[in-house]
Amino acid sequence: MSADGISGFDGRGAPVVQCQDLVVRYGPRTAVDHVSFTAARGEVLCILGPNGAGKTSTVECLEGYRRPASGMVRVLGLDPVREHRSLVARIGVMLQRGGVYPMLPPARALRLFASYYADPEDPEELLELVRLRPVARTPWRHLSGGEQARLSLALALVGRPEVLLLDEPTAGVDPEGRLAVREVVRAARERGACVLLTTHELTEAERVADRVLVLSGGAVAALGTPASLTAGPVAEEAVEVAFGGPPGLDLRELELAIGGGTTVTEEEPGRYRVRIALGVATASGSVASAGGHGLAPGALAASVATWLAQRGIAFSELRIGRSLEEAYLEVLRAHGAPGDAEGSDR
Amino acid sequence: MNGLRPLTAQVGAETYMTLRRGETLLLTVGIPVAFLVFFSTSRVVPTGPGPAVSFFVPGILALAVMSTAMVSLGISTGFERGYGVLKRLGSTPLGRPRLLGAKVTTVFFVEVLQAAVLVPVGYALGWQPGHGHVAAAAFDALAAALLATLAFGGVGLLLAGVLRAEVNLAAANGLYLVLLLLGGMIVPLSKLPGVLAYIARALPAAALSDALHASLGTGDPVPAAAWVTLGAWAVGAPLAAALTFRWE
Repeated sequence: MSADGISGFDGRGAPVVQCQDLVVRYGPRTAVDHVSFTAARGEVLCILGPNGAGKTSTVECLEGYRRPASGMVRVLGLDPVREHRSLVARIGVMLQRGGVYPMLPPARALRLFASYYADPEDPEELLELVRLRPVARTPWRHLSGGEQARLSLALALVGRPEVLLLDEPTAGVDPEGRLAVREVVRAARERGACVLLTTHELTEAERVADRVLVLSGGAVAALGTPASLTAGPVAEEAVEVAFGGPPGLDLRELELAIGGGTTVTEEEPGRYRVRIALGVATASGSVASAGGHGLAPGALAASVATWLAQRGIAFSELRIGRSLEEAYLEVLRAHGAPGDAEGSDR
Repeated sequence: MNGLRPLTAQVGAETYMTLRRGETLLLTVGIPVAFLVFFSTSRVVPTGPGPAVSFFVPGILALAVMSTAMVSLGISTGFERGYGVLKRLGSTPLGRPRLLGAKVTTVFFVEVLQAAVLVPVGYALGWQPGHGHVAAAAFDALAAALLATLAFGGVGLLLAGVLRAEVNLAAANGLYLVLLLLGGMIVPLSKLPGVLAYIARALPAAALSDALHASLGTGDPVPAAAWVTLGAWAVGAPLAAALTFRWE
């Protein structure tokens, strides 16, 4: 775990979200087990984890909906339960589901929520921002899942929050909606807000997160930048390239073509991983010489691409290193996660 | 921040939603008007001496208060709780006092609307208020309606705050039917069997219709027992709701 993974400073100022040894219990069950992290202004922190990992419970403590069994939680220096009234004027919340009057159309809902705040955003501008102008007069219950999510997001933004707490903002949202969510999150971060969001979507996290917190079984399994997680321990030991192609390629032939020490595995049908352990010379020397010092990932990728192209094999998603999804699954395995046990996300 | 702006906006939104819910208008205006016209003209229920409409105008006004304060408020609040609306409002600066204030204000708005429809219909059917002092009778009726609104509102929110939205819907409608029959609104309490009448008098519905029958019907003073019953429910029911209400 890198140093920047622990503190939320990152040169952006004091942390505005602090969570220290947070414990949440539901009866005999411990949902959140000594979780600690911070987040700063201008930072996007994604909370990842399987269902039941404690993501929502953690966020709901920050929102003041839940009282921690023990530990300390501060948002903007305030206790979310005891200083709730001062806090709510400065945060924006998006619940995992619902939260809007079913009869209210977006334009009315935004005007209503705007009235709660001293210096609200212009509801009309927010409608544009989340692309709900065409359905501004359609009651909430007739909106699509993606439109409902975008309205909830707009309602979270209307009070110009310093901290945005979004619980699964992209769940059930179509690609266009996800793009809108990403734009909104980036814009909020640009103006110095701290954004915390929980998600199951690893590609979303990879695109917007400054740092990622992985929860598993209520505890912190990993905390760091997406780069530090995807690099992982593998970076020092080996060079990896992954690609997609037709299933059933001749792995042995590819290994021989690239050279000694290369292992190629078909991880699932049509998904391949090429790995060279560092310190092993290649037969052809092409990969080793490319970087001038050991193995260059780019050279390995080029070798793989050349081999595929020469044989006329269509390929896709040629990637150096691991994806966040792979890193995430590995973190969970290493943490001995109790699987993706289905259950309520508490 | 201006404390009134969120309140007025909330009242505006609540009123907008209430008036656009067809089933609410049917319950709060349609059914009372239909009952008033039907029972005043059909004479299926014997109401004693005097024109039937003079019994049914106060009784149906009592029904109108109960429909709005207990059933309409309770059902809509139950669904708002089920949809996570109340939870979401909990993380805005609106605050519970203003939310409650907006709901109470909206209930009063609807009650004024109901009276504005029912009273002219009553006059058209030949209703003649009692012989008492008009101002005193109006004051008594308004005071009784106010206390009953608090009492019924408390009962509606008590159910809405603990039951699942669908169960709450059934419970509120069931209670409406029971109190309609035991409330002296359509069937005079004197026509109920002894034990039932005894139970009925302890409930807010009968106390309200007693008070309205006296002030708006016969012109007699409101029985002290009706004030005591209404007062007790007006304090006890909201208190019980406040103590048990679950926001999610």
